Amino acid sequence: MKLFRVATPGFFTTVQDLGRFGFLKFGVPISGAMDEFSLQLANMLVSNDHGDACLEMTLIGPELEALHDVQIAVAGDISLQINGQDSDTWQTINLMTGDIVSFGKVRTGCRAYLAVRGGIDVPIVLGSRSTHVRGEIGGMQGRQLKAGDYVEGFDAVQPIDHCLILPREFIPSFSRETEVGVVLGPQLESFTEKGLKTFLFNPYALTVEADRMGYRLEGPSIEYSERIDTISDAILPGSVQVPANGKPIVTMQDAQTTGGYPKIAVVVSADLHVLGQAKPNDKICFHETALSTAHRKLLDYKKEVGIIESKLYRRF
Amino acid sequence: MPFGDRALKVELGNIISPEVNARVHALHEAITHAQFSGVCECVPTYCSLLMTYDPAKASYEELVTKVNHLEETSKAHVPKRKMHKAVLPVVYGGDFGPDLAQVSRFHNLKEGDVVRMHSQQEYLVYMIGFIAGFPYLGKLPEEIATPRLETPRLRVPEGSVGIAENQTGIYPRQAPGGWQIIGRAPIKLFDSLWQPPALLQPGDFVRFRPISAEEFWQIRASASERRYDPFVAE
Repeated sequence: MKLFRVATPGFFTTVQDLGRFGFLKFGVPISGAMDEFSLQLANMLVSNDHGDACLEMTLIGPELEALHDVQIAVAGDISLQINGQDSDTWQTINLMTGDIVSFGKVRTGCRAYLAVRGGIDVPIVLGSRSTHVRGEIGGMQGRQLKAGDYVEGFDAVQPIDHCLILPREFIPSFSRETEVGVVLGPQLESFTEKGLKTFLFNPYALTVEADRMGYRLEGPSIEYSERIDTISDAILPGSVQVPANGKPIVTMQDAQTTGGYPKIAVVVSADLHVLGQAKPNDKICFHETALSTAHRKLLDYKKEVGIIESKLYRRF
Repeated sequence: MPFGDRALKVELGNIISPEVNARVHALHEAITHAQFSGVCECVPTYCSLLMTYDPAKASYEELVTKVNHLEETSKAHVPKRKMHKAVLPVVYGGDFGPDLAQVSRFHNLKEGDVVRMHSQQEYLVYMIGFIAGFPYLGKLPEEIATPRLETPRLRVPEGSVGIAENQTGIYPRQAPGGWQIIGRAPIKLFDSLWQPPALLQPGDFVRFRPISAEEFWQIRASASERRYDPFVAE
């Protein structure tokens, strides 16, 4: 069922869910939302499954014309107007046929998520609806949205009979300076003690070469112990690779699955969504996290998602 | 060793060799067979295996013990794996392989010699990476091992067969790339609608069969309708 006609597509808008798993060995990246926390919040606010497919909007959102009565929710700090009137994010919004939803710029952070009641309907490819644009896999024909596209939803979705609102204390704040935890390794031996200290005690800024595949960072060069040619091995989102110039590259959701740069550390899973909201010139500090602490953080994070869902305000 | 908080990396050596790589694939197979709870997926590469897991369902230490045990026992009976041997048709040189001339000059060989050496060798699929379905094949005969292009191309066409140092590989789709392109195969290597999505699997064996430009277009026309079957019956 066609829910929206895309009048303007925004800067870079794709369909994403929680990612595509099980195909790394065939070279297929995980993809999925850069900020999976916000995607889950958007879904909660229309009573969807947490992992239903949403639109991921980057820096500037699209303009959409509703072709049906539909319920939506927006997660993220982005300007939003319905028929020219300012509207709030972080809550259920009831749209009627003909309504114009126009997004402006993202104010803080880098990405915002639009959930529709029941989820966005694109074919499941290799177990996921996420878009991997470089590989033309999944989402809307493997590409970003363009003007004239139709965003489809599922037929026979029961609307919810109330509005859900995210209490203020749970609204994430996106800072231009973020700190993320890392588990050291797996190629720590490629770096000197001094190189490791450089990495852990200096902020690194995102350059303009930052997209869903990864972020090139600017900051003090990380010293190698010796120039060993590393034999290519596997990469996951959050891997901090250091090429010969000593400036780290953090891989993100659409990262290729193998690579030959030594990896000094890997960002802890519970912090990856924070990194997904970083934009060029934002500063990132990495701090060492023990594996057991990282695991506890991840379990706490998953628990928190459940707690938030139970604390949404309902307005009838 | 830990690879972040949701994967562990098992190192089985530090050289690119068919022997080390065979152990990676044997361990991969053993882990797949063992079906440990909490293990999500494995990524075999040249000399290591990455295994992702859900920390809510399995502990790192417990998995390390299990994998070490498997490694010990799988060493005893390597590798009972069924050999998959593929033969892939390739047009060498000309517009299909714009770097064949350069590769030949680099080694002071005739183009025909390079083609003969490239197509007589049987290669192991060490791993799949870079882009979906891209097989890293080795080992290339030393006589034709060639460094990458100084300036990578912005667009290498789908099916291009390239050389980089002592490896060879095939581009499953158009992509930027720095490999020396010596030929082109008329077949699809990856389709997200296939199950599994890649024609070749890590651990398979591949040979190349030189074909003419006419045959290239013939195979391409027929292979566009169905999946090309390059596997040789044992």
